[in-house]
Amino acid sequence: MEIFAQQIVNGLVLGSIYALVALGYTMVYGILGLINFAHGDITMIGALVSLTIIQLLAAAGVPVPLVLMLAVSGAIIVCTILGVSIERVAYRPLRRAPRLAPLITAIGVSILLQYSAALIWGKQYISMPEIMAPASVTLFGAQLTGLQVAIFTLACLIMAGLLWFIKASRMGRAMRATEQNPDVAGLMGVNTDTVIAFTFVLGSAIGAIAGLMIVLYYGLGHYFMGFMLGLKAFTAAVLGGIGNVAGAVLGGLLLGIIESLAAGYIGDLTGGVLGSNYRDIFAFLVLVLVLVLRPSGLLGQHSGDRA
Amino acid sequence: MIVAGNHPLRWTAWVAVALLLLAAPFLVEAVLGRAWVRIADVALLFIMLALGLNIVVGFAGLLDLGYIAFFAVGAYSYALLASPQFAVHWPFLVLLPLGAAAAALFGILLGGPTLRLRGDYLAIVTLGFGEIIRVFLNNLNRPVNITNGPQGITLIDPLQVGGFSLAQTHSVAGLTFSPVHNYYFVFLACAVLSIVISLRLENSRIGRAWVAIRDDELAASAMGINTRNIKLLAFAMGATFGGVAGGLFASFQGFVSPESFHLIDSIMVLCMVVLGGMGNVAGVVLGAVLLTALPEALRYIGPLQQRWIGEVLVDPSDLRMLLFGLALVLMMLFRPSGIWPARRRTAVPAAAGAVEKSRATR
Amino acid sequence: MPPVDTPLLAATGISKRFGGLAALTNVSITVQRGEIFGLIGPNGAGKTTLFNVLTGLYAADAGELTFDGRHIGGLKPYRIAQHGIARTFQNIRLFGSMTSLENVMVGQHARTHAGVLGAVLRTRRTAAEERAVTQRAHELLDYCGLAARANALARDLPYGDQRRLEIARALATEPKLLALDEPAAGMNATETGALQTLLERILADGVTLLLIEHDMKLVMGLSHRVAVLDYGEKISEGEPAAVQRDPKVIEAYLGGPLV
Repeated sequence: MEIFAQQIVNGLVLGSIYALVALGYTMVYGILGLINFAHGDITMIGALVSLTIIQLLAAAGVPVPLVLMLAVSGAIIVCTILGVSIERVAYRPLRRAPRLAPLITAIGVSILLQYSAALIWGKQYISMPEIMAPASVTLFGAQLTGLQVAIFTLACLIMAGLLWFIKASRMGRAMRATEQNPDVAGLMGVNTDTVIAFTFVLGSAIGAIAGLMIVLYYGLGHYFMGFMLGLKAFTAAVLGGIGNVAGAVLGGLLLGIIESLAAGYIGDLTGGVLGSNYRDIFAFLVLVLVLVLRPSGLLGQHSGDRA
Repeated sequence: MIVAGNHPLRWTAWVAVALLLLAAPFLVEAVLGRAWVRIADVALLFIMLALGLNIVVGFAGLLDLGYIAFFAVGAYSYALLASPQFAVHWPFLVLLPLGAAAAALFGILLGGPTLRLRGDYLAIVTLGFGEIIRVFLNNLNRPVNITNGPQGITLIDPLQVGGFSLAQTHSVAGLTFSPVHNYYFVFLACAVLSIVISLRLENSRIGRAWVAIRDDELAASAMGINTRNIKLLAFAMGATFGGVAGGLFASFQGFVSPESFHLIDSIMVLCMVVLGGMGNVAGVVLGAVLLTALPEALRYIGPLQQRWIGEVLVDPSDLRMLLFGLALVLMMLFRPSGIWPARRRTAVPAAAGAVEKSRATR
Repeated sequence: MPPVDTPLLAATGISKRFGGLAALTNVSITVQRGEIFGLIGPNGAGKTTLFNVLTGLYAADAGELTFDGRHIGGLKPYRIAQHGIARTFQNIRLFGSMTSLENVMVGQHARTHAGVLGAVLRTRRTAAEERAVTQRAHELLDYCGLAARANALARDLPYGDQRRLEIARALATEPKLLALDEPAAGMNATETGALQTLLERILADGVTLLLIEHDMKLVMGLSHRVAVLDYGEKISEGEPAAVQRDPKVIEAYLGGPLV
């Protein structure tokens, strides 16, 4: 039971990070119908930028809260600039091109980001300096570190804020209109170019924060870390119903829990035949199962094909 | 083009090309050294792979981002059944079709659930599948040792025809055939066969259905095409090419490990198809040759940096990936049909068309 | 073989909703063999939706579809095409990267059999089939006045030719019923005249026609019977002359004269 509670807690924390990244996928997909393969790598850049800032400042003896503030600001600035430039240069010219074209550019951009990062940061794992004394509380038999609580709370605040923003703000309305029908939204005076660029700003900024959370949580950064993270976040988005913002949140949390439980119990369930080194395949299994059983996802309305 | 003349000229051109291809390994060895014969062998394997992926991406318009997984399935099928790993040594005439069938089966298992959905789901599922296969290859050494994990499988049997082993050096008519030469000719035959199969498929009922689906899936289904099955067929055909190439690769290397089947390798094959010209067999062949040679040429970049700047700033293999990424983006933006674009050839030569017309007006 | 006096197509009580919007409500039409049946109505009346239901692109929420004595409700588009309904699209959907000839060859897909093995080995049977398919495609292009365009890419064709190519491609599926979604849209008077001649010829060759058209002169002149849809409901049906006098129809068209 205690292991169970612990896995749920771990899953929720991990899932909240997945959910943040999934938001970036789902918002762009909702508006452009494009899988932005580069989004996982944007998160990676955010992670490595904040890692570097923390390394530099922590060594200089800057107080921890200020270090974190600066790290997250730096990551957000770099990621939003990247996100908007990618949209402008690589996706916008292809908006009316055959489907395959933007998908292939997205893959190209993803590779460019990965290997640019390899050039800048090298191909080694970069470890995080210890900046906070680990503190933990016990809840229902599960150990929660202060970091876990902070990550989960912040992630929930961001998600709630985003949901509110999309529902209530002027820009949020324009985003929803563009998602419904970009041509009509354009006729109604919505500047769809601005809306799409803004969607990338929002997604990239949230991705940057998720990047910081990842390096804090795992204590490691790597140029290739965006790949699996992206794959899982995309799975989370599909699980919740791609294009649906609340769905991405739900999908992320669920996927985190599923993965955590599966990794925790797979050894026992299979009598030791399969170990936790298979944890990365659960996301994939979930993805295939969702696509087979309920392609529209948990909260999605329209099915795979928009007529 | 040279081959488009009248008949005697055309035949002369073909014979010249054939002779050149047959002499190539010896010419290459004389000029560039034996290492480049090996590169030529690899290029021929990549032609097979790229043509297989071209069926999926180029003809049918389905983006497969984990194509190397089928290559891995073929390679491991061969490696496991022709090595000391299980102490079985089946003949390659059994193993190559078996590897192809295994790869096709994986293709169908993967495509079955995803091909009825939009194309982008396929892209992400294949992306995941490519990595999952590697996770399994890396970990299936416990509790029962199947794949030997990260160490991979060694001492794989070379191709052997009768008593003639391709892994030995033979002397025929004053020419020395070292293993890289032997494999060159086998791979050349397979590559030519792949080209013929691709061209024949392209101009067939099935090939037209693939292109129709690529152009407009909904219209294709309204014209009576069972789009799901035809897409699955493309997927299975592509996987088959990958499986055969994988088997050949395993016998050629004598060694396979999960490290040969990275996402990077899937991307490289995709680059060959995109760069060469999606859907155009000649372009894809050109793309495969160029992109096999390019990384080898880039190897010289390392020492050059050393000499000019005093240190190696950019690792050549990273530079290669940066160029691939850039190429994918730039090609899609500025030349989406590749350096040698597909011009859908007319299904009948103009002369036959004229006959039809005169018959219709009679 | 079903008796000849049964209707070729019977759609009964078809309803289709999109979210809160009722695109079709309890619509029934029957199309007899050898007639031209016109389907008219203001924009957004549900004509194309009905076409999409008939050809399997949408599944109806309620209602029954019988074609040539068989139930075809809920079948996939390709199955319906195999049963003998072919269609054209309001917003032309040709295979743009293929030539006109190849477009028509694709239309014969369901009536031919060559598989991968036949194609790769180029068996005698495959070669013969390929020749027959090519010849038939040339005949159909000629039939639709496109003989000179055989080797042009579909996307490079002028608009009127694209519309005719869609008809040639649809005819290649050997349909019993040809459903045309605004075939005259964007055509000038001369082209429309030629289209009318073509449609009459297709009818004479034994293919039943279902026609959505905004060109009232064309549709009223050609059709044996017409049905009028408005807001997803059938408001009138009958011979063109009678329908034109129907007050409900006149009201639907804002009281304007029809011709």
